Amino acid sequence: MPEKRKEVIIIGAGAAGMEAAGQLARADYKVTVFEKEPKTGGHVKDWYHLFPDSRDSGEVIEYLDKQLDHKNIILRTGTVVENIKKNDGTFVVRTSDGGEISSDAVIVATGFDLFRSERKEEYGYGIYDNVITSSDLEAMFRKNEIKRHDDRIPEKIGFVHCVGSRDEKVSNLYCSKLCCVTAVKQAMEVKKHIENARVFCFYMDMRMGGALYEELYKESQERFGINYIRGKVSEVSENINNKLVVKVEDTLAGRPLKMELDMLVLMAGMEMSESGLKLAGASGLKTGENRFFSPADHHFGSNKSKIKGVFYAGACTAPLNITETISHARAAVADVIDYFRNPKS
Amino acid sequence: MTNFGFTILKERHIDYDGNDKSIAEYICEREPSFRTCIECGCCSATCTTGNFTRFSLREMNILLKRGENDIVREQISKCMLCGKCTLVCPRGVNTRNVILLAREAFQKQLKNAV
Repeated sequence: MPEKRKEVIIIGAGAAGMEAAGQLARADYKVTVFEKEPKTGGHVKDWYHLFPDSRDSGEVIEYLDKQLDHKNIILRTGTVVENIKKNDGTFVVRTSDGGEISSDAVIVATGFDLFRSERKEEYGYGIYDNVITSSDLEAMFRKNEIKRHDDRIPEKIGFVHCVGSRDEKVSNLYCSKLCCVTAVKQAMEVKKHIENARVFCFYMDMRMGGALYEELYKESQERFGINYIRGKVSEVSENINNKLVVKVEDTLAGRPLKMELDMLVLMAGMEMSESGLKLAGASGLKTGENRFFSPADHHFGSNKSKIKGVFYAGACTAPLNITETISHARAAVADVIDYFRNPKS
Repeated sequence: MTNFGFTILKERHIDYDGNDKSIAEYICEREPSFRTCIECGCCSATCTTGNFTRFSLREMNILLKRGENDIVREQISKCMLCGKCTLVCPRGVNTRNVILLAREAFQKQLKNAV
């Protein structure tokens, strides 16, 4: 076939973008991947061990790096895509360095941002030294150093679920769905690091709807003695002994509960990325009430946008775990290939 | 039919079918956000009254919905209407208005009875 080889632009080099790029490259399409950060790998690289099997995130990064390592792929890091314009059958993408490049299809894989926990001021992130986020804790795991700000080892640690999720006060009605299982995983990991630690999870509902999540939850109780208290934390303060005081209702006991803690971990939820939102605004892509990209159809078109030839992959459409993100990226590739073969349909 | 003596123990069971849910309905009609409570207890955790007395707004909410009105009628005057519960509610329930409407409904019920 003398036909010109089709070209695809992918915006974002996290798990979704890297997987999609690899799949397309191996199917012999030319791919250009834009990444706003200097490094690829998105959020995966910030995590230490992954649920449900405690695998080192480095293994996933290694796999994703392999996907990108292909002669058909051009990677451009440190470059923000400002907008996508459709011109007849081709797409022109404008980048932050003033450049313009065209392609035959675009996959948007702009991912998510972690909720900025300081927005829940009543939980004291950025105010009290020993209030940290789930992401901060991963960094501590990686350094193999779980310490309070005063260098002491924390013995009593709390986890607050649903920080920035299921909360209309920060305009996020949706459930981020991965924070529950992350809290379970991190609680167990804390116990592995600090044997005599007492760990408490404050939850509204335990949403364990993924493969092996419930098993992990049970293991956390059986093997690690993690304590679960059902109630949404209303506020956190610090007392004269430099301990954190958490106020919550133990809804199952039906009484308010106060607890002193050495360290508190906020399970930050997932939000539509700021760069994704900007791109949506500048390119006429539809976003939902949850601010994530809204797919053309929730059942049959979760990778399709309203613009034919522009597709979505990964957590820019909704909170997704790594497995789901990779599957979603592959599905996006299938949609792109189908679009090339049947551009009219 | 033979009577085996089985019945609903008022002390133990919620007689859902027999209970009067009109107070909850009265509130839902006027403050629809009342329907969206997920019983997280954030309101009760922050509640000034709840920290000193047996009062729990979360408990009031669920009792009203189950028609267990007697306890609520007895407790509801304890609320000082400070509105902290409304500030923390993750569902955006106008909890303060729920209390006001519950009191109003109980008042009306009382008047009708007289």
